[in-house]
Amino acid sequence: MKKTIADKIFDKHLRDEPFPGAYVLNLDVVMCHEITTPTAILDLVARGKDRVFDKTKIKAVIDHVTPSKDSKTAAQAKVLRDWARRNDIKDFFDVGRNGVCHAIFPEKGFIRPGYTVIMGDSHTCTHGAFGAFSAGVGTTDLEVGILKGVCAFRKPSTIKINVNGMLQKGVYAKDLILHIISVLTVNGATDHVVEFHGEQISKMSMESRMTLSNMAVEMGATTGICLPDEVTLDFLWKFVKDDYNNDKEVALADFKSWHSDPDADYAKVVEIDASSLVPFATVGYKPDQVKTMEELSGTPVDQVYLGSCTNGRLEDLAIAASILEGKTIADSVRLIVSPATPDIYSKALDAGYIKIFMDAGACLTNPTCGACLGMSNGVLGEGEVCASTTNRNFNGRMGKGGMVHLMSPASATATAINGKITDPREYL
Amino acid sequence: MKKFEGKVLFLDRSDINTDEIIPAKYLTEIEKSALGPHLLEDLKLESFDPNSDVLKQSSVVVTRANFGCGSSREHAPWAFAECGFHTIVATSFARIFRQNMFNGGLLALELPEEDIEEIFNKYANKSDVTVSVDIDSTTLTVSSGEQSSAFDFAISGFDKALVEAGGWLEFADQRYE
Repeated sequence: MKKTIADKIFDKHLRDEPFPGAYVLNLDVVMCHEITTPTAILDLVARGKDRVFDKTKIKAVIDHVTPSKDSKTAAQAKVLRDWARRNDIKDFFDVGRNGVCHAIFPEKGFIRPGYTVIMGDSHTCTHGAFGAFSAGVGTTDLEVGILKGVCAFRKPSTIKINVNGMLQKGVYAKDLILHIISVLTVNGATDHVVEFHGEQISKMSMESRMTLSNMAVEMGATTGICLPDEVTLDFLWKFVKDDYNNDKEVALADFKSWHSDPDADYAKVVEIDASSLVPFATVGYKPDQVKTMEELSGTPVDQVYLGSCTNGRLEDLAIAASILEGKTIADSVRLIVSPATPDIYSKALDAGYIKIFMDAGACLTNPTCGACLGMSNGVLGEGEVCASTTNRNFNGRMGKGGMVHLMSPASATATAINGKITDPREYL
Repeated sequence: MKKFEGKVLFLDRSDINTDEIIPAKYLTEIEKSALGPHLLEDLKLESFDPNSDVLKQSSVVVTRANFGCGSSREHAPWAFAECGFHTIVATSFARIFRQNMFNGGLLALELPEEDIEEIFNKYANKSDVTVSVDIDSTTLTVSSGEQSSAFDFAISGFDKALVEAGGWLEFADQRYE
């Protein structure tokens, strides 16, 4: 007893402890994209070790710049594509079937409670929403993961975040996580796992939970965990029902066996009052610098971006479409909408959201990470301001000399209608 | 154990992120050598010039808290290494950046805030400041001319082993099937 969910996952996956405090874990999933993986692949080839530890546990996608925009990005995509074919990796998603990694991999049911997951991408913490220990790593960790199926971590110490009360209308998971980051600061959870608790979290969809977990790294956390429950099981049921002989009760009991013990040791417990929160946006160049949408009201923006691994899922597009229906965006602004996966895009088409966006004057792009990190499909110009549903407002993040205000899809949509920062509650 | 010493580049700001160390537009480079010329190109820091001789001649960075936060890109330590840097000394690091340094056989050393403050106060406005790191005695010495100050640092057995092995791949390749 006295174990957190991270402790339990470490216990089950421990392969080696080469030195005190160094925990080498067996990996359940190693995820790869075309920006951080090719250097690892080329190094493995150069070392004469062009192989993978388990082809069923490797998942790969081209998502950061897709379709390729130039010769360099085409070369990166080709290195990943050729490697996936050579190594017979079945779960590889190429142009047309590809989406943002942290949206498409959970959508395919690759992440399960109790799993260990790494990827050469800092927002890998997103998958903590499923009760997994899922951490972003660099290319060397990724390379060892691909070759050996292991990764080294320090023993996790966990911060428990109790979310008390319920969010008011017009306030979403994005507003909640921006508030939590502003409380904990950008390095308040470094080398820690965070666990999200409370009735509001239990009532959240998996999509909202992924929004929460996605930004755990913005306070330095290794991963951000939501405890697996009925909502998790409903989401994963079609993928796991055979594992549990179609018995939901057995599956749920297994999911809940990962829960932290009631007397688990936490480094810190943080109390958050959800009911008092309002819509927020970031200011400046750090994600812990947050003001209310009301305070920022009237700030002109040049671009609005709706998409990314934080907020490019169907729930996000639904909220935006409900606000935008029958309206047009301001002449002074451009709205870019990037559904995070082909499945989300297709469902948004069926639901009529895409038509609403187009009638309002939005540009629809294929699923890609591009604009979020200023690589493609919506890079800002010098001095431009973007209201964005993404996760980082660093200086130059979406383009050199550009400024980013992070906010919820509802806030971004209200802002697009007026061409200036607008509290979304005016439209609800 | 290999000696880690060299001239110091002071970066007097907390929360320097990996987008500032190497902007995402250069992540389309597969060759590490292409990253060097763009090191710290977008750093928002008063009086810092990415084209200065200080940057070109230095191999040690002394900086503040939460260094290397943000994107997991190992391109950040690669860009430092390409420019001849082997050691970064800070109040604290973001987890992934710190691990990426040791995974490449480079040093990311943490000193208490008061030690970092002392180094900045005594040395930041001097020229020809050097840092020398003795891993075996866990002593870091800062010097400029006649003046020098020694600080004790902590390094885990694992991190030391990674530096000795030349990185995580070399360590893991010997140890795991």
